[in-house]
Amino acid sequence: MENGTATQGEGRDPSGFLSEIIGSQVTVKLNSGVVYKGELQSVDGYMNIALEKTEEHVNGVKKRSYGDAFVRGNNVMYISAD
Amino acid sequence: MADVDDTASGPVSEPLDLVRLCLDEVVFVKLRGDRELKGRLHAYDSHCNLVLGDVQETVYVVEEDDDGEETVKVGSMSLWLYSCVNWQLQTINKKSEMLFVRGDSVVLISPQGSL
Repeated sequence: MENGTATQGEGRDPSGFLSEIIGSQVTVKLNSGVVYKGELQSVDGYMNIALEKTEEHVNGVKKRSYGDAFVRGNNVMYISAD
Repeated sequence: MADVDDTASGPVSEPLDLVRLCLDEVVFVKLRGDRELKGRLHAYDSHCNLVLGDVQETVYVVEEDDDGEETVKVGSMSLWLYSCVNWQLQTINKKSEMLFVRGDSVVLISPQGSL
C-alpha cells in the first residue's frame, strides 16, 4: 500500500498526466508504428483509449479517419499531448 | 472528485463505454497481422473478446514481385499510396455468419457509422 502512491506529488505520476490531458488533442503511437491523432475522450488503467475525430497515419501518410475510435491498451507505445 | 456516481448508462466515461455504445451496430475492427473486420457487434467483454455477426474479413497480403521487389497487396483506395514504392495491392476477403474474436488480437474498434 505504501509503495508508489504517496511518494510523488499530486498530478506528477503518469496516470495523473493522462487524466490532465483528457479532452485535448493527442498523438497516440502504437507498437506497430501506426499513429493516431485525435481528441482524447478517455483512458483507463489498461491504457485503453477512446479517441474522437481520429486520423490514422501510416508511415506519415494519412490513411483513414474515424469519428470515434477505441484503441486496446496493449498496443500503445506512447501518448503525447500535441 | 473522489465520489463516483456511476450510473454509467450515459456518456463515455471510460474507453470501453465507446464499445458498449456500438452493441448491435456495425463496427470496424482492426486486428494484429494486417486484418480488418466489419460486422455487427453482438457481444464484447473487458478483454475485447468480441462476437460479431455478418462479418467481412479483409486480409492484407505482402508479396514479392517477379523482379524481386516487395509487393503489398491491399484493396481499393490505398493502391496509389503503395504504387510509388513498387508495392502491389491485393486483398483476401472472407465472410462469416458469426465470429468470435479473441481480445488479444484486437487493435482498434470503431463504430462503422462514424467512418
